[in-house]
Order: sequence, then C-alpha cells, then structure tokens
Amino acid sequence: MASVTLDKINKVFGRDHIIKGIDLSIGDGEFVVFVGPSGCGKSTLLRLIAGLESITEGELRIAGDVVNDLPPRERGVGMVFQSYALYPHMTVYENMAFGLKLAKEGSETIKERVMATARILQLEDLLHRKPKALSGGQRQRVAMGRAMAREPRILLFDEPLSNLDASLRVQMRNEIARLHQRLGSTVIYVTHDQVEAMTLADKIVVLRNGSIEQVGSPQELYQRPATRFVAGFIGSPTMNFMPAELLGGDAEGCRVSAPGLGKLALPQDANGQGAGAKLTLGVRPEHLRLAEAEGNNRFEIVNVEYLGNEVYVYLEPKAGDTLLIHRSEAPSHWSIGQRVALVPDLEHVHLFDAHDRALGIAKRSRAA
Amino acid sequence: MTSRRFNKLATRIGFWVLVAVVLIYAIFPFYYAVITSLKPSSELFSVSYWLDSLDFSNYAQIFSQSSFVRAIFNSILVSISVVAIALLLGITASYALGRVRFRGRTTVMLVVLGVSMFPQVAVLSGLFEVIRGLGLYNNPAGLILSYTIFTLPFTVWVLTTFMKQLPQELEEAAIMDGATPWVTITKVFLPLMWPAMATTGLLAFIAAWNEFLFALTFTLSDHQRTVPVAIALISGGSQHELPWGPIMAASVTVTVPLVVLVMIFQKRIVSGLTAGAVKG
Repeated sequence: MASVTLDKINKVFGRDHIIKGIDLSIGDGEFVVFVGPSGCGKSTLLRLIAGLESITEGELRIAGDVVNDLPPRERGVGMVFQSYALYPHMTVYENMAFGLKLAKEGSETIKERVMATARILQLEDLLHRKPKALSGGQRQRVAMGRAMAREPRILLFDEPLSNLDASLRVQMRNEIARLHQRLGSTVIYVTHDQVEAMTLADKIVVLRNGSIEQVGSPQELYQRPATRFVAGFIGSPTMNFMPAELLGGDAEGCRVSAPGLGKLALPQDANGQGAGAKLTLGVRPEHLRLAEAEGNNRFEIVNVEYLGNEVYVYLEPKAGDTLLIHRSEAPSHWSIGQRVALVPDLEHVHLFDAHDRALGIAKRSRAA
Repeated sequence: MTSRRFNKLATRIGFWVLVAVVLIYAIFPFYYAVITSLKPSSELFSVSYWLDSLDFSNYAQIFSQSSFVRAIFNSILVSISVVAIALLLGITASYALGRVRFRGRTTVMLVVLGVSMFPQVAVLSGLFEVIRGLGLYNNPAGLILSYTIFTLPFTVWVLTTFMKQLPQELEEAAIMDGATPWVTITKVFLPLMWPAMATTGLLAFIAAWNEFLFALTFTLSDHQRTVPVAIALISGGSQHELPWGPIMAASVTVTVPLVVLVMIFQKRIVSGLTAGAVKG
C-alpha cells in the first residue's frame, strides 16, 4: 500500500501529445477511477504508472520515491488487463505463482501466498485448471489473483469488466468493491463506464483529451460538475442542456432567461459577467417536473419509455436538437403527443458559461 | 429419383478413382524402391510388382560399408544442428522483428526474404570461397553454415508471423510479473509456439537431410559426406554396372526417418502452416 503522486506528467508519442501535464495525488488505500471517453488518455496514464510506457516529462512518485526510471517489477505494482492475458499453457496455480517464482521467492512462501490469494478470491477448487477451462468471471478472478499474489503496493485495473456480460459485470463490480474494503490497498481503475466509476470510486478522475477535467468524489461530480463535459458524462440518462441568457446578477444569485422556461432566479454567482452573456443551462432528468402547459412554456412529448420502475419522457426542445428527457417513478400518466410545461428544480439547476465552465453558487445564497 | 441416386453413386466412384490415381502416382515410386531393395541382385531385372521373397542382402551390404554408416551419422549431425541453430536464431530474431518496435523493421524483413530468392547455384562459388576462407572445407560445420543460411529466412518469417499474433497484453503481463525478454521468450512464448516450431523445424530438417549440391561441393572425403552424396557415389563392380539393389536399400533407409517425423508432427504441421489464416 502506498500513495501515488503525479507531477506534471506528459506523454508524447511521435507528434501526438497524449497526456498533457497531469497533476494528481492519490492517497494510501484510495480507490481511484480514471474515466473518460475512448481516446482520452486514461489507459495511457495507467500504463505510465505501471511502467509499460515511458514518461516523456514530469515526475511519478510512489510512496514518495521517484519511480520514473524503474521497471514495473521494482515499482511494486500489479496489473489486471482487459483481456486478462492469462498464460494459456499454465494452470491457475502456475499463473499466480509465475511472478513470485521470477522474484526468486522460496517455494514455501510461494505456496503460502498463492493459497492465501486463492482463498480470498475463491479459486481454491480451480487451481489445477488451465485458463481455457474457466468461465469469464473465473478468468477475471485469476487475473486479479495473479496481480495480487506478489502483494503489490498498488493494484491497477485496465477496463477489467468490459469483456463480461452485463449481469456478471455487476457481480464482479461488487466483488472488486468488497475486495478493496477488505484489503485496503491502493487501487487505480480505468473504465469508460460511468456507472462503474460512480459505484466503485472513492475519487473519480474525469479525463478528456489528455487533461484532467475534474477530480472529486462521486457525489461532488454528480452534484457539482465543474464543466459541461463532466455534467454530460456523469449520470444516466444524461443531463439536459439548453441555451440561456444572463439577465443580471448580484451577491445572492443571478437571473437567466431560457427559451420555453421563461425567467428563472438561480443561486449561481454571475461571476462578473454582464447582462446578455450566453450561458448553457443544465438540469438532470430527475430534477425536472412536468406540469399543465401554460403560456410559452409548452413542450411536446415525443416518446415515453417505460422501464418498469421508472419512466423516461422525451420532449421536443425549444432550441437545440437533442431531445430533453424527464425521468420519474413509474407509473406515469403522460402520453405521446401531450403538451406540457417544464418546471426545473431551481436548487439543482447548473449553469455553464461560454467556455463550458460551471458557475459557482453565490456566497450569500450558500450561507442561506 | 433413381437417376439422382445413380449420379450420387457415380460421383462417389469417380472420387475414389481419383484418390486411387493420386495415391498410386505419389506412392508407387517409393513402393517400387522398397520392393527393389528387397530383391536379390539376380532377380533385379525381372519385372514384378509383388514381393516373392524377402532378401536383406542389399541392406546388409550397404550397412557393412563404414562410409555409408558414417554418412548417415553426418547427415543426422548436420540436420539436427541446422534445426537447432535455425530455431534458436529464428525465435530470437522473430521476437525482435515481431515484438520490438524499431526503425527499419520492415526493411530487415524484406532483406531476409530477399536472401531466400537466390538459387543455390547462384551463390555456390561465392559460398565456396567463404567456406574455404573460414577453413570449413570438407567439414560438416561448413554444411551446417550453408544450410542455415538458406533455412533461416523461412524460419524467421514463419515464426515472426506467429509471434505477431500472440496478444500484446500477454507480454505485458509477463513484464508486470517481472520477466526479462529472455524469460518472456522461453517461459511464455515458447510453449505457445510449438506448432510453428514443429513446422519450421521439420521443414529445415527435411531440407538439410535432402540437400545434395552443397554437400557434393563442400566435401571431399568419404568420411565427411552426407547421405544424398554417399548414395549417388555408390558404385558397382564395373563402370557399366549400376548397383540398383544397394542404391534402393540406401534410399529407403534414409527416407524412413522423414516419414516417421512427418507422421509424428503431422497435426502440428497443419496447425502451424494454417496459423494466421483464420482467427481463433
């Protein structure tokens, strides 16, 4: 177990600047998830920490020591690969013992450690099988066992669940979470699935184009996304965005006008912007209420999706082309073709400026 | 209905007739060689397709010649050495060419392929000078060197293709486990590459075992010859007599090891040659 510090880490492949000056500190025993769309650099960042790629510029410290030039085995990291990458010709036992043998551990120690790891992961009955005789979930556990057997200070996961079917994914997600609670080891986990990120992480790092977009707990990212990108990435179904215009602001908040919704008084700080500034208003599907249409606030319901426990209502937007989504508990009495008014929950409305940065809550308003 | 059944039957008969023709075409020469080798020299020129009696005098005769026994030993030594050296160099080269990213990798691959385009005759005199210069003339080591030159391109290409198909993450997993490149090759890749190694190794063995031109050119004394040359130089009592019996006995003797090897490795050869053709 150890802390990890990234200090202005850069990675350049030929002409491509993949990782652009990342600063990040990961505490001892923390479960950190790197999340972002494909091509955002999250896997590369993980491989830089693992030592599978060289760092072009910047400093990587594990437990305070600079490890830039150390090979993977001396960094004390274990890694679980997306394809599991088990050695096909070795049994489960040999797979887990391979790293220990290379580290020249005594045969007693090897046996002890492998058996202990197998016990934790419930692999004891499978030790003499070859990988091809295992199911997807079992292979996944063996891959974790191989990474854990050497008792690394940090465990790295590279999209470990993406090869599993949906139900198994939920189960393994649970197992990984419980394993982390039990072992308390530092974990860095890469995924493109925001549900995995939300459920597993102590701390989520949202990456985009090789830079950090926001770092925070799942609650922070959900409730106070720092940018429009994070707001749209976290949460399912995704947040509704519509254009808005600033009417004016003071110490208690600001007033905006959005097409269809009319004038709204929001607790956000206008941040020195003058009236007429273009803003984006964001509101999550569950923070919208539907009411009888009145005046200009009149949206047409174009589709209703019934999911059993909840209902998604899709509405034609006044401006922009993405449909607006409203989410509510089932049952719902709304039907296609109806015209309704949208009432946002003002406490949970997000505002983004022309550079897609979120506006903070005004001081006075926060106190109240 | 009946005509369809007749057609079906005719197709079937036609198929097996074709198989029989191919079989006879391929096997009859060898079969006739076996028969001839088992006949006493007095019956040699009476044509018969069946064996009336077993006569091992031809075999006894060739094995009583110490030069022939010595030639078999030389052939085994040369062939096995060529296979061992070619596989060792092939595996290490294929790791570099298939796994390590470096500038000019494609060029190296093309040069390797280019080498195998030269016919043996084209390099014969040049190679002769090289071998004499190295002091390997009339020495099995000279044959090992020259055969390896011609075997390596094929070996490297097949093994590189095979190595490229092994998943990248497998190597990275080994690196994470603390394996050096050598450990990765020997402990992780080698066990997975047996089919390819069996194929290339066997083809290298057959090529070295059958080779005649270099063996004739680079050796001088009976003591250093390999089997193909030794067979060609078996001579009869007079200038006008070709000792067919002993020649056939010798040919059969040197063919048997190849047949046995191919049968042992046959499944692996197929999977090695088709590797990469279909994914999975």
